[in-house]
Amino acid sequence: MDGVYVAGCLEGECHYLRGNLRAKKRVGHVQGILAALGINPERLQMYNLSAAMGGRFVEIAQEMTERVRALGPSPVTTGQGREFVAGEQEEEGK
Amino acid sequence: MIVAEAKPIEEVLEMIDRYDKIILAGCKECVAVCAAGGEKEVQLLASALRTARKTTGRELEIREVTLERQCDPEYVEGIRGFAGDYQAILSIACGVGVQYMAEHYKTIPALPGLNTSFMGGSLEQGVWSERCQGCGTCILHLTGGICPITRCAKSLLNGPCGGSAKGKCEVNPEIECGWQLIIDRLRELGEFEARYTELFPIKDWSTSRDGGQRTIIREDLKP
Repeated sequence: MDGVYVAGCLEGECHYLRGNLRAKKRVGHVQGILAALGINPERLQMYNLSAAMGGRFVEIAQEMTERVRALGPSPVTTGQGREFVAGEQEEEGK
Repeated sequence: MIVAEAKPIEEVLEMIDRYDKIILAGCKECVAVCAAGGEKEVQLLASALRTARKTTGRELEIREVTLERQCDPEYVEGIRGFAGDYQAILSIACGVGVQYMAEHYKTIPALPGLNTSFMGGSLEQGVWSERCQGCGTCILHLTGGICPITRCAKSLLNGPCGGSAKGKCEVNPEIECGWQLIIDRLRELGEFEARYTELFPIKDWSTSRDGGQRTIIREDLKP
């Protein structure tokens, strides 16, 4: 698995009230763990959209596909070592 | 409860770098309640460590266990049957648990996965706060139920000091002045005159950590 995105309801419109906000925080937490493990946290994303936004869903799917394609296979699959070191990516403009 | 927090994963990874087969041991007591070392945290940390190791092309075998307690010999002995098959024990109990592992499994390194922080309680979900330093001579009945040893940065017995301003401590403006809290509480209880005007004598710190490692022996409970 090279990338994951979590699709939540639009903020303020969640049936579970704060469910999508909690999910957002947890996605951020997991991104931190991935970074610590040397895995690019960009591989995990959170998007907000409603069930009626089919067009946006397609856009997001394409965006995520392109992101993962650009990043290449996960180092968990390749075993080629850390692909991410906190701080360095920003300097390289990635 | 004893409150602890996870060490940075990078630190744990470095600690276990030379091992390929480890036991990851959680504890179902305090550290489970403060979401640092219970069964769930064992699973999460094991998954993270395996994932990290895979990125380097090396496998890491982890035996996940969560003991009822890591501060009682009978539970620590629970892994005796297979402990010898592993190169290290990574304990995510408090410091007591790590040391019990080390004492019971003398030929296997015991590694701490947590930083044990303090004795305290939860203020709300995800927030814990210190309340007791285990000084060995409790005076909460004299201080309105608020501990000056813990809540005052200087552990003053006759506070507040000159660093108390607008109810806050000079050490950190976000920390409340313990003695202001005590005075307010004594006033609420109608005990201010009786309690605050009386000076505390010099405290015997030998019952605290100053007296060296402490042991309690209850002859009535011994076999």
